[in-house]
Amino acid sequence: MKQVIHLTVNGDSHELYLDTRRTLLDVLRNELGLMGTHRSCDAGDCGACTVLLNDLPVTSCLVLAVACDGAQVLTVEGLRCGDGLHPVQQALVETGGIQCGFCTPGMVMSAVALLGEKRRPSEAEIRAALAGNLCRCTGYGKIIQAVQRAAGEAT
Amino acid sequence: MSQEQPTLIGARVPKLDAPLKATGSATYGHDVRLPGMLHGRILYSEYPHARVLRVDTARAQALPGVKCVLTAADAPDTRFGYGRDNVPFKNQVVRSLRDEVAGVVAVDPETAEEALRLIEVEYEPLTPVFSPEEALAEGTPLLHPDRGSNLFQTYHYEHGDPQAGERESDVLLEAEYQLPYVSHACLETSVVVAHFDPHGRLTLWSTTQIPFLLQRDLAEALGMDGSQIRIIQTAIGGAFGRGLDIYPFEPIAALMARKAGRPVRLAFTRAEDSIAAPARQPARVRVRAGARRDGRLTFRDVSAVLDIGPYVSWGAVTPLVMMETTASLYKVPHVRFHTDCVYTNNPVTGAMRGYGNPQSTFFIETMMDRLAEAVGMDPVEFRLLNANEPDTVTPQGLVITSCGLKECLQAVAARADRAAGESAAGWGQGTPVSPARDPFHGAPPSRRRRGIGFAATLNVGGGARIYRSDGCGATVKVDDFGHVTLVTGATEIGQGSETVLAQIVAETLGVSLDDVSVENSDTDVKPWDVGVHASRTTFIAGNAACIAARQARDQIFETAAEMLEVKPEELIARQGKVMVRDDPERSIPISKAVRRRHFRQGGRIVIGEGWYDPPTRLVDKATYKGNISAAYGFGAQMAEVEVDLDTGIVRVLRLVCANDVGRAINPMAVEGQIEGGAQMGLGYALTEELLVQEGRVLNPTFADYRLFTAADMPRIETIIVETDDPGGPFGAKGVGEMGGTPTAAAIANAIYDAVGLRLTTLPMTPERVLAALDTHQPKDGE
Repeated sequence: MKQVIHLTVNGDSHELYLDTRRTLLDVLRNELGLMGTHRSCDAGDCGACTVLLNDLPVTSCLVLAVACDGAQVLTVEGLRCGDGLHPVQQALVETGGIQCGFCTPGMVMSAVALLGEKRRPSEAEIRAALAGNLCRCTGYGKIIQAVQRAAGEAT
Repeated sequence: MSQEQPTLIGARVPKLDAPLKATGSATYGHDVRLPGMLHGRILYSEYPHARVLRVDTARAQALPGVKCVLTAADAPDTRFGYGRDNVPFKNQVVRSLRDEVAGVVAVDPETAEEALRLIEVEYEPLTPVFSPEEALAEGTPLLHPDRGSNLFQTYHYEHGDPQAGERESDVLLEAEYQLPYVSHACLETSVVVAHFDPHGRLTLWSTTQIPFLLQRDLAEALGMDGSQIRIIQTAIGGAFGRGLDIYPFEPIAALMARKAGRPVRLAFTRAEDSIAAPARQPARVRVRAGARRDGRLTFRDVSAVLDIGPYVSWGAVTPLVMMETTASLYKVPHVRFHTDCVYTNNPVTGAMRGYGNPQSTFFIETMMDRLAEAVGMDPVEFRLLNANEPDTVTPQGLVITSCGLKECLQAVAARADRAAGESAAGWGQGTPVSPARDPFHGAPPSRRRRGIGFAATLNVGGGARIYRSDGCGATVKVDDFGHVTLVTGATEIGQGSETVLAQIVAETLGVSLDDVSVENSDTDVKPWDVGVHASRTTFIAGNAACIAARQARDQIFETAAEMLEVKPEELIARQGKVMVRDDPERSIPISKAVRRRHFRQGGRIVIGEGWYDPPTRLVDKATYKGNISAAYGFGAQMAEVEVDLDTGIVRVLRLVCANDVGRAINPMAVEGQIEGGAQMGLGYALTEELLVQEGRVLNPTFADYRLFTAADMPRIETIIVETDDPGGPFGAKGVGEMGGTPTAAAIANAIYDAVGLRLTTLPMTPERVLAALDTHQPKDGE
């Protein structure tokens, strides 16, 4: 079965005619070509596909696209600040919080969501906010530092 | 600052590819899209051991959207892999539940998946073999009858006289260890895209760690010539050894693309990656070791059995590394090491970060702790007494150049809070947790115990000659804008090698890092390299890049010398300029010297080439002795843990890691390797185990296979020890694997310090800790 939905992604509006079984992750990657949102577990366990759906972080592999009719979606590609990186991205680059980088976009989106909700989160709050984003390379320490640094700069 | 002092060596430079990855712009294998690209899926066996009687693909073939269906009939009749025991599709016998029986190519993955269910396969089940002990018993069916045995290979090593060593021992201890399957658990699942051009040349977009060896392996598997295969490495979303071999899905993707006549992408699901991609071999290990009353080691005797699964990968060579730690970590006069690698119908295994070293460091370093206690010495003092030293040769033939083992041990010991547990004086008593220091909820402090533990590690740090060549090539081109392009054979897997190599080249040419770009992803472009493994890239590819950069610098100096009317020996390269050493005001930009070479009759381009193959040799085939690495890295860790007596939960409160890296070309990248390695080591110690029952993986998802999360991770304290290795580029040695090798031992030793339990089965889960506590309950707090 197919259905028409309207979706605003990174400020661009789209009218999409979709198989109702498609996930938001499928649509972002395969319909809209936004490859920054990564597929890893396809089961909501790893957080690599995290995007903001109406400002809330979701694992897009668990969200049916047709359930997003009329929604605003923000992906890693929509984060640019002027002509530079978003403070979270910049801090991840500078602290060494990126190795293979596969988890990075999801990690960035979870951190952006956290900082949107709380300007100066504690270390424990940062750890809790990122607990759903698995990273196999870094040991998380530099990622946590990056979020602290980005929080410092945002205020 | 003097003109001679390096400026980029030791700088905390962000990874060159980090902005690309931070913005989601890097192209991974899963992101490759080619015009007309189709999607492949693989049908795996339903039985761990069976004869394949019939494969009927007619219904699958008829499904709309299906382009073609493949079986063994579509593959050439050649075997591939380290043991020459594997084929793309299994045509007669399946030997594990991950064995490929057929494949489908369709317009999308869902259609291909649906078609798999329409393939009918008739099997005749054979008796499965699920343990090495069973596999070696008389009368057990053979997995590969043509080999005559389920024993693939035996490694036997000796030095000194182990029996004499036993007689010299005042204390002699024995233990048996059980080590688990571990998944690489790369965030990116295995993926490959294959495409044949109209000339019949194959291009493979791949996440391999061995692009040039894969060219050769694939050629063999496909019955092609290696020159007709081009490998393009995409951004790689985690490797850790998973990409160190050829695996069937790679030739299968090529066969699919050939049959479909269009590009085909084959991407694993997460569960598929846990089942069909390799895992670290499980092992059962018996260790005997002794020491004199004065604390000197006398002997070690290790017997291990590795379950390698149904097919052999380079992972079967991991006993070489277990052997190295057994024979050469600390000064041991007498050593015997014996390992059997055995075929079973369990999951396939392969190489994983540390390559046998996390396993061997666990049993050797927990045994060291027991010996220290038995002779009544402090565990750190005991290790210092027996520690390796610089400029020595071990009985195994390892030529140890720089060696910071003692410095590493002392550094972590200095950070240890001895009051947290009791060391030699009060083994196994632990310290009740004071409420003031209690950061966690849970059991009351009186039902928790703290302890500290130490472990050290030795790891190759100057390459590892396990292939006949341990070489890497590089070229450095300088253009007439002064832009420098390093083309290196080395592979970037996230560890930051391209950044470190760029630092080496920029430093050598006296240019800024912004002036350097690195090309490292295409076998048609880059020079040969063995691959990314064995912590070798900084040392080997670094030396090659350094040689190439010096050659390019010499070419520039030759021309600049004419222009500045001095001798080339009088010149130095700094800040993008060539300067007269004794008169830096006399200088010209590098770009100008390059232009001078281009804009004249009989001109020359600036391109330097480097090839570095270290002065090492393969181990002797009979004795396994020989110096396989041009340098050795050392490290030590101190873990402080808290054991909950009621739940068996072990929390790691602190993990202090000191590593001798020769010289840290990029300290931030070094920390990244150590912190990430430690995370893997923590998983190995406490949470990670691929559970296998009758050949079936029971926990193939991240919900059930537990990686440490941001909420679980203790803070990792890193200490970089620099020893300036004489053979390394700017004194550097490798560090890629050492971060995780001693972690499980340090934690096990800390658990003993806390509650008096010697755990010998990994991971040390709450269930195992509780079961052990049941037989040994320490008394309640004071």
